[in-house]
Amino acid sequence: MKSLRPDLAVIAANVAPQAAVLDVGCGDGTLMAALRDEKRCATRGMELDSANVGECVGKGLSVIQGDADSDLAFYPDQSVDYAILSQTLQTTRRPDVVLEELLRIGRKAFVSFPNFAHWRVRLSLLWNGRMPVTRLLPVAWYETPNIHHLTIDDFRALVKERGITVEGAWFLSGDTRCSDAAANFRAEHAVFLLSR
Amino acid sequence: MATVQTLDTSKVLELAQPLPLDGGQSLEGVHIAYETHGTLNAAKDNAVFVAHALTGDHHLATPHPITGKPGWWLRMVGPGKPIDTDKFFVICANVIGSCMGSTGPASLAPDGKPWGMRFPVLTIRDMVRGHIALLDTLGIECLHAVVGGSMGGMQAVSLAANFPDRTRAALILASTARHSAQNIAFHEVGRQAIMADPEWRDGDYYSHGKGPEKGLSVARMAAHITYLSEAGLTEKFGRRLQDRAEKTFGFDADFQIESYLRYQGLSFVDRFDANSYLYITRAMDYFDLAEEHGGLLANAFAGSKARFCLVSFDTDWLYPTAESRSIVHALNAVGLPVSFVELSAPFGHDSFLLDVPALDRVVEGFLGQ
Repeated sequence: MKSLRPDLAVIAANVAPQAAVLDVGCGDGTLMAALRDEKRCATRGMELDSANVGECVGKGLSVIQGDADSDLAFYPDQSVDYAILSQTLQTTRRPDVVLEELLRIGRKAFVSFPNFAHWRVRLSLLWNGRMPVTRLLPVAWYETPNIHHLTIDDFRALVKERGITVEGAWFLSGDTRCSDAAANFRAEHAVFLLSR
Repeated sequence: MATVQTLDTSKVLELAQPLPLDGGQSLEGVHIAYETHGTLNAAKDNAVFVAHALTGDHHLATPHPITGKPGWWLRMVGPGKPIDTDKFFVICANVIGSCMGSTGPASLAPDGKPWGMRFPVLTIRDMVRGHIALLDTLGIECLHAVVGGSMGGMQAVSLAANFPDRTRAALILASTARHSAQNIAFHEVGRQAIMADPEWRDGDYYSHGKGPEKGLSVARMAAHITYLSEAGLTEKFGRRLQDRAEKTFGFDADFQIESYLRYQGLSFVDRFDANSYLYITRAMDYFDLAEEHGGLLANAFAGSKARFCLVSFDTDWLYPTAESRSIVHALNAVGLPVSFVELSAPFGHDSFLLDVPALDRVVEGFLGQ
């Protein structure tokens, strides 16, 4: 799984071969193409940006231009093995509803997101008193697509409250894995595998 | 106008069997005019069928025999182009009901006189039955893809739904699975314009040397507006005057847009039969793919294994994005592989025919698989 973004590499490595996959917010289709080519998965995708959709279709991928907040409702229950939402949860209007939709459509769901409680973010806010602009959160508050910032502990709390099972969790700092211990402080990025 | 001769680049197939129609009748001795490009491979699995729009014809990539204009999709079809004739055997057939070589109301009925309004009312599915008969004759069991925009998209989706084993992919551009009340309304204006012209003579005008040219021209003018966007009209014409410095305080074509529409109307009557316009618009109005399948669009695709790709355009108010989306949702519901994109283009409904590079990439990418 060379050249994949670290969180996508984690997801790709943990998807079962030949699985049916829906990638919500699939971007230019890099993960879908890797899953199709290296794991013989049956992939489909959803993406907001029409240029990205065009690129996906050009790669031979089946991708629908659509919005995670409004267009997931049209997918049948339990119709894929995995629903994947990478780096998109924090951009949705209703992350909790999107999460429920992922687990309605997929038997399992991968969700990855940037951790707003990473120590750099905390320090930046503490010392500067300004909304942090970091490597993973590079855009100023007024133009960021991230409208629902969350932390790893926030996500764990939501999942627990909704009775969702955490089947796996991977934490990343830069391109390397970091341990579960104090992940909410040390991880820049988290990947969760969920089921009901 | 009514007795158009096809050029030798077209071929004409005469069906040996009568063609059954949705209206309950069947047509004997049906002619289907078509043209092909590229070469059918030995496995006969590289055929792409392109379905044309309302007033289109099979002159996809060859000059039109009456107007002399280049083929209507020359920018899309040819060697190295998105529908690549070096790879694909590309077929385009004039729909039945039309007037460019396929059997229609201007053709002769068994009694030796033009059918006129005695011609049976057709449906989109009837047109597709004609295409299937052509594929049977060409020995093509299953298409690589069926492609069409507007009414061509209706044929493409109808073929994929009603003849699911005859295509492996369907590319549907700026189209819909059913005609809306607004679509029907615009068509009715056009039909009434034709029928209100005294020269229409209840459709029996062929022996009078002159048809309902004024009515057909008005029908075309009204329809042409629906193919463009308001922004496109404003940019192209605005309120500019036609070859004059001031308004004339009369009813000449003072404005450029008036002059343009009059030209569109007048040039249309040279190449199109008024009764064909009535019959084909009727077929489009009757089109409702869900209705053909128990009222649920998803049921239409129950037997299909094809890949689908739908494209809409943000300035198309004739078949807006929501219409494509409803097809996408139905395909999703039955788990078929489907792609969909709304492209940005300034040309309204006609965008699928015009220079939209993003469309070229989607067409090439989807067909290339």
